[in-house]
Amino acid sequence: MDHTDHTEHRSLGTYLTGFALAIVLTAIPFGLVWTGALTGPAVYGVIAAAAVIQVLVHLVFFLHLDFKSTPGENLFFLAFAAVLICIMVGGSLWIMFDLHHRMM
Amino acid sequence: MSEMLTIRNDTDLLEEEEHHSLRGREFGFWLFLMGDAVIFALLFATYVVLSGNSAAGPTSQQVFDLSHTAIETALLLVSSLTFGIASLAMDKGHGRAVILWLLITLGLGLGFLVMEVLEFRGMILQGAGPDVSGFLSAFFTLVGMHGAHVAMGSIGILVMIGQVMTKGLTLPVRSRLNRLGLFWHFLDIVWIGIFSVVYLPGVM
Repeated sequence: MDHTDHTEHRSLGTYLTGFALAIVLTAIPFGLVWTGALTGPAVYGVIAAAAVIQVLVHLVFFLHLDFKSTPGENLFFLAFAAVLICIMVGGSLWIMFDLHHRMM
Repeated sequence: MSEMLTIRNDTDLLEEEEHHSLRGREFGFWLFLMGDAVIFALLFATYVVLSGNSAAGPTSQQVFDLSHTAIETALLLVSSLTFGIASLAMDKGHGRAVILWLLITLGLGLGFLVMEVLEFRGMILQGAGPDVSGFLSAFFTLVGMHGAHVAMGSIGILVMIGQVMTKGLTLPVRSRLNRLGLFWHFLDIVWIGIFSVVYLPGVM
């Protein structure tokens, strides 16, 4: 039955675990913003942390990435894209907000 | 006897070739997804830079509705789960279950698209179209790009339902369904970024 590399790693359990974690990690930031329980930079911190963790949850439980069965080159290009995104997004924001700051 | 053996070897060889070719396609599709991720990341950066520039037009607090976003989020998240269940049915070789769960996934995806179109339409009618300000241009580009991806994914699901019905769960069909699954789950990941970067900070 194992025609592809990742078939054996997925089960209803992994999908449901991922789904439950995703609901919790979505509910936390929505709840905070909705109720206004937290204000200021702390909210942004919680939203960012929940988002990053949820992305990892989706990668592991829905896309079934792991260090054993996922082909090395796939992980390599994921890491490459992550580095590229950090440089380009981080660099763009740095330059634009610095410029904004200097124009004030 | 020896003839039987050579025939068996030939089919083995063919299957091996097919496996090899499909693995290559799965890797190629992964590269496409990573490239797509970079495009979305740059649209996110553009949005963050422009999000404050509402040019005396409507601001994000005035146009965003968090409960609308919450329902869209729920639709996409549940559709990720139902696609997962379709993949599990595929692993077990249950063609009818695959079609059923793909249909449910398609329904959820179309529900998401309808909600997004209604949101865009409502915004444009209240004078918050993409031509009003830098903020709205960036918003419509980023969220519209995601919506276009969901629309393509929905067409993909429709095509795959047709292929499962006509061809059955053959090796290439399984591989395509796996790749479409990667695409669908990837779109849900992009949506995490959209509600975390666009909607939640936008209503605060």
